[in-house]
Amino acid sequence: MNKKQSLFHIAKRDTLPWYKSFAIRGCAILLALVVCAVVTMLLTGENPVNIFATIFKGAFGSARKSWVTFQNLAVLLGISLAVTPAFKMRFWNIGAEGQVLIGCLATTACMICLADKLPNAVLILVSLAAALAAGALWGFLPAFFKAKWNTNETLFTLMMNYIATQLAAFFIIVWEVPKGAGKIGIINQGTEAGWLPVVGGQKYLLVILVVAVLTVFMYIYLNYSKHGYEIAVVGESQRTASYAGIKVERVIVRTMVLSGAVCGLMGLLLTAGTDHTLTTTIVGGRGFTAVMVSWMAKFNPIIMIFTSLLLVVLGRGASEISSTFGLNQSFSDILTGIILFFIIGSEFFITYQVSLRKSGKKEA
Amino acid sequence: MENVTKRFGKVVANNAINLELREGEILSLLGENGSGKTTLMNMLSGIYFPDEGQIYIHGKPVTIASPKDAFNYGIGMIHQHFKLVDVFTATENIVLGLEGKLDLAEAGKKVKEICDKYGFDIDPNQKIYDMSVSQKQTVEIVKVLFRGADILILDEPTAVLTPQETDKLFQIMRNMKADGKSLIIITHKLHEVLDVSDRVAVLRKGEYIGDVATKDADQQSLTDMMVGHSVSLNIDRPDPVNVTPRLVLDGLTVFDELGVKRLDNVSFTINAGEVLGVAGVAGSGQRELLESIAGLYPIASGSVTYYDPADGKTKNLVGMDPMDIRKSGIAMSFVPEDRLGMGLVGSMGMTGNMMLRSWRKGHGVFLNRKDPEDLAQRIWQELEVVTPSTSFPVRRMSGGNVQKVLVGREIAQAPAVLMTAYAVRGLDINTSYTIYNLLTEQKMKGIAVMYVGEDLDVLLELCDRIVVLCGGQVSGVVDARTADKRQIGALMTRMEGGKTDE
Repeated sequence: MNKKQSLFHIAKRDTLPWYKSFAIRGCAILLALVVCAVVTMLLTGENPVNIFATIFKGAFGSARKSWVTFQNLAVLLGISLAVTPAFKMRFWNIGAEGQVLIGCLATTACMICLADKLPNAVLILVSLAAALAAGALWGFLPAFFKAKWNTNETLFTLMMNYIATQLAAFFIIVWEVPKGAGKIGIINQGTEAGWLPVVGGQKYLLVILVVAVLTVFMYIYLNYSKHGYEIAVVGESQRTASYAGIKVERVIVRTMVLSGAVCGLMGLLLTAGTDHTLTTTIVGGRGFTAVMVSWMAKFNPIIMIFTSLLLVVLGRGASEISSTFGLNQSFSDILTGIILFFIIGSEFFITYQVSLRKSGKKEA
Repeated sequence: MENVTKRFGKVVANNAINLELREGEILSLLGENGSGKTTLMNMLSGIYFPDEGQIYIHGKPVTIASPKDAFNYGIGMIHQHFKLVDVFTATENIVLGLEGKLDLAEAGKKVKEICDKYGFDIDPNQKIYDMSVSQKQTVEIVKVLFRGADILILDEPTAVLTPQETDKLFQIMRNMKADGKSLIIITHKLHEVLDVSDRVAVLRKGEYIGDVATKDADQQSLTDMMVGHSVSLNIDRPDPVNVTPRLVLDGLTVFDELGVKRLDNVSFTINAGEVLGVAGVAGSGQRELLESIAGLYPIASGSVTYYDPADGKTKNLVGMDPMDIRKSGIAMSFVPEDRLGMGLVGSMGMTGNMMLRSWRKGHGVFLNRKDPEDLAQRIWQELEVVTPSTSFPVRRMSGGNVQKVLVGREIAQAPAVLMTAYAVRGLDINTSYTIYNLLTEQKMKGIAVMYVGEDLDVLLELCDRIVVLCGGQVSGVVDARTADKRQIGALMTRMEGGKTDE
């Protein structure tokens, strides 16, 4: 009998009770931290505990830092919520970056062009409408082409990102202050026209509140509304959807318009709420990170709070590490990578069980 | 095979099976769907690896870790789904993947020899896409013989064949047996077992029940072995009453995405109060026919006229989508062939799947979960669906249970027209008869029932009339009470034969 057989035996599990799957995830994070610690010691000679402490300090070290962390969390979570309906529909929308940016651009346009023509409250409403419409348009175009001519939405949404970036770059030059600076700077710094009001004395509180409401809304929309059901069915199988009388094209377009509009809203919050300016990098890759947040949470808006928190804390801690220890920013990327690897890898162990093959005895 | 066990997760697909195949015999492996026949054979052919147990060939213990190992031991399997390259010729497909020098002329000669020896009827230089299903199957068989197999496993080879083609296949199998080859045929059609095999081994729920010499067995005794208790094999067929036309198809013609004509001038009437069978070789236009009626397939020309039972008014369904049809008050139920890809949502539980038919009901933007939940509970109990809960993803249920969920839901719609495609495929015998009786019940309620089936025996016992399709055309409409299998088989393969009805 020759010994040609695999060492492991992999079998699909039945559904695990929630506490077991949580235990597996917990172990994964713990293991990730251990690996991070070992890598840190080997590569830098720093005490890993110090590094972890610094990450935490970077995220929550002071009231200001905590507020920034929560603001970042809110923005990332908001964009993740925006892409979630599209992904649940298995529409590969990687254009959130551009949809947010075009929302920023629309807001900027309103703030610059209409500041002295409209009262502030009206200006904000007009900005809101413009941002929503711009984001919705950026969502509508790929969806329409997908529904009508079955174009590839991944490429389409990706290209729309570049269009948004180039448009933003163009208008930054048109509106640059001062001439030749190549940037806009803080818009309406003196009048604060078009700035979103500050709630509760905290600059970032408004964003957080809006995203909190959005989270609840998205949770209910996806799980309890007819639209949410249609999205789930279309995502599973378009043939089943048309069998059940769901108008697939209409659902695709409608969902992407919603997705884009929410992205546009996030653009408004970024430009009119916190940054008060427009740069081509204002979204900062969060449109892509959002895809990961959404998938890691399996499209559950409540879980997304935690996945986005994890990514934001790691990101915030990373910059703290690079300044405190004089390490390159890349080092924190390495740590983030390790942790993500373990978290995503743990899903395999939740779905499958792996056992060693019993060797020795009679086996065919 | 000795004590062979294979588990998939917690499911034991084969439990300590002992099976013996003698040289120069045809062994039937009989069992209901899900009883582990295919799994067992896949272990012989190296696709799966057993968890426990030992396989012996000619008395020697062997390890079969890959299909290549299996070939080396002379085991060849002919799968249900052919694995052929369409644009290659028969010979090219046969030598595909073989090591050593490629000599097509030499190979062609050897193929010819094999064909002559066993009575195969194929042209080695014909391209696969030009072949009928039966010819493709022949190529598969020649392929394993070419590689020197002396143990052949045929997985449900007759599922895609007409009765005439089946007879031919059985003759070839007997020729191979005479040549000293050993054959295993997997099937669940009892009359075929009795017809061709020497010995029958029966599996039930992953357990080996036993084997009997075919000459000592009959249909009833084999069924009892398969099911584990005595079952009645009769379908009650009351005469239809109040037969009135419900749907009239006239000159229906459709093309698929590639512009190939799938239905060609199809005309017939579906009556309320009767079960209309649709027979035909797989892919003769059955799917397109049902989907066109259901509003899921674009109709190029022709008409589908619906007679409203309430007021006798007529409506043309051409150009309507499923939602339009429902909105205009036509209750049409449809059990499609592709259960998880069309009839159900795999990741959802029973409740979520009940909602496919009712999600639009109720005002407002929110879903009504209560009624679908109640319906799911009712089907769960009445049809004895095996599932831990009504929210357990249907994808993870067994095929038979999936089918129960689908059929249960469609019948619960209280339709005026009920269309079913292969409604009992994958179901055990008991459940199949439950479904037949449900369909007959629907018929007696005055519903127009359409039954697309593959088992001609069942079609002849269950239906009132049978429409036979051949290459997208109606090749005949027969009275199921007087027609016989030969006649339908002939209609399935060519465009002639008597019209005994209409």
